Amino acid sequence: MSALPLGLTGHDSFVELDARARVRALLDAGTFRELIDPFERMTSPWLARQGVVTQSDDGVVVAKGCIDGQPAVVLAIEGAFQGGSLGEVGGAKMAGALELAADDNRQGVPMRAVILFETGGVRLQEANLGLAAIAEIHSAIVDLRQYQPVIGVIAGSVGCFGGMSIAAGLCSYLVATREARLGLNGPQVIEQEAGIAEYDSRDRPFIWSFTGGEQRFRTGLVDAYVQDDTSDIRSAVVGLLARGRPGVERSDQYAHYLARLSSYDAGVQATPDIVRQVYNVTHTDSVNRVNSAGAGHE
Amino acid sequence: MNEQTPSRGAIWLAALTDNADVLRGYPPSVRVADAMLAGQPARYIAVVPDAESSYPRARTGETGLIEGWALAQSVHEAIAADREGAKRAIVAVIDVSSQAYGRREEAFGIHQALAGAAGAYAQARQQGHPVIGLIVGKAMSGAFLAHGYQASRLIALNDDGVMVHAMGKAAAARVTLRSVEDLERLAADVPPMAYDIASYATLGLLWKLVDVASAEHPLAADLEHVRGALVAALDNIKTDPAADLRSRLGGVNRQASSRVREKLRAQW
Repeated sequence: MSALPLGLTGHDSFVELDARARVRALLDAGTFRELIDPFERMTSPWLARQGVVTQSDDGVVVAKGCIDGQPAVVLAIEGAFQGGSLGEVGGAKMAGALELAADDNRQGVPMRAVILFETGGVRLQEANLGLAAIAEIHSAIVDLRQYQPVIGVIAGSVGCFGGMSIAAGLCSYLVATREARLGLNGPQVIEQEAGIAEYDSRDRPFIWSFTGGEQRFRTGLVDAYVQDDTSDIRSAVVGLLARGRPGVERSDQYAHYLARLSSYDAGVQATPDIVRQVYNVTHTDSVNRVNSAGAGHE
Repeated sequence: MNEQTPSRGAIWLAALTDNADVLRGYPPSVRVADAMLAGQPARYIAVVPDAESSYPRARTGETGLIEGWALAQSVHEAIAADREGAKRAIVAVIDVSSQAYGRREEAFGIHQALAGAAGAYAQARQQGHPVIGLIVGKAMSGAFLAHGYQASRLIALNDDGVMVHAMGKAAAARVTLRSVEDLERLAADVPPMAYDIASYATLGLLWKLVDVASAEHPLAADLEHVRGALVAALDNIKTDPAADLRSRLGGVNRQASSRVREKLRAQW
């Protein structure tokens, strides 16, 4: 494992890295090889048509290399470009890479995939092409995870929403930080659709108390809760890859979730505590636990 | 939507299954019926409104927590029942206006419930079940991802009330800070943003568009056309049994998706 430089605080922030630097940090030193790199200028044909500035990688980085000496492909969405939204090109980069990783496994190459989610979901300027690509990403994750665990990382600060939150739900394991949020619908959309009494999008503690990384970990929807530190995140990823495929994928546990939900009286509005009680998770088998004191940033 | 006016999804599910009894063990909002298709057993699944749902944000046909997990159950049970034998066809009858937007939904992880459904359909297809998505009404965003978008073949009724989109018009206008009229003008020039099913068809994602006289109250001839399309899709899947979604590539307005894959393969 590569030695990583530490800042003065002893923490080397992962959240502050852009998508490409995040991918480099996860791959073993010297193994990073980007596919369809920015010099190919594979940009969105649809943004250009609408007078929106494009980006030379369309906001998605795909790189092959090794993690812990084993072959891996890492996919990262750049949250700083168009809110991490997925259009046709970026979506096809992700889906296509996952499809090739599954093909590799069918040919005996044990390719694993790590997905760095930083996304609001579909890019509205490419609407139906983003949605279609996300369906293909879902399909490819489900295909690949028959052979190897698929790891998702939600570091922050954009979080993981929309159709890509469903992609996260299909991953074998998820890693999240305290900065992370994971939910289907963005807070503003919920407030618009359901009213401020239902969901106050500007109340940050409220939003994080339901969808933040710590709550998702404590309710079993995330497997590793780590601080925003590059080497901690890398260790969590390495540890989860080493675990191999889970006995039962989380997304296959319909009987478990339906039984738990049947014990919840939906006439009562949800609170973070109620969710913890209903899901009643014990993390005895968790690889990477950080207590609330240890997860503090500053 | 109230109980006096059944949804398109409910109407088409009942019509295609000759009013077969829906299976017990599912919530009222998820209708599952086993019936024949081309002389073989098939499972038909629809999400329908349940005005009595205990989840207030999922009473008018939204795909919510319970719906997502129940869809997963209906598909997984078919996979398990057919593990050793012939894999029955699964027909997702699609009329889903949206996912559920609410505090309960986010709190309990609606993303995970919808992943349960999407994952189940993908596994059914990958394990050899012919999976057909029949779009009879709206196919919107997360709800469509959970119910139907994993199908091997997608068929849509050629009707003004049929729509596939990432976000409803009103919400998309608010999010993009445009008026609905401006959005419609822009969308007309940008096929992936358009709301009509003919524009969607140019993306190459649909296997077939079927003309019907009435999408809301299908006539005998309509039913016959749609059954014919389902049987043709079944035959087409048999001749091209790729378990992935590559049959969707090649659309005139989706060329970059193919180009990206070619480049990735060359550089892999």
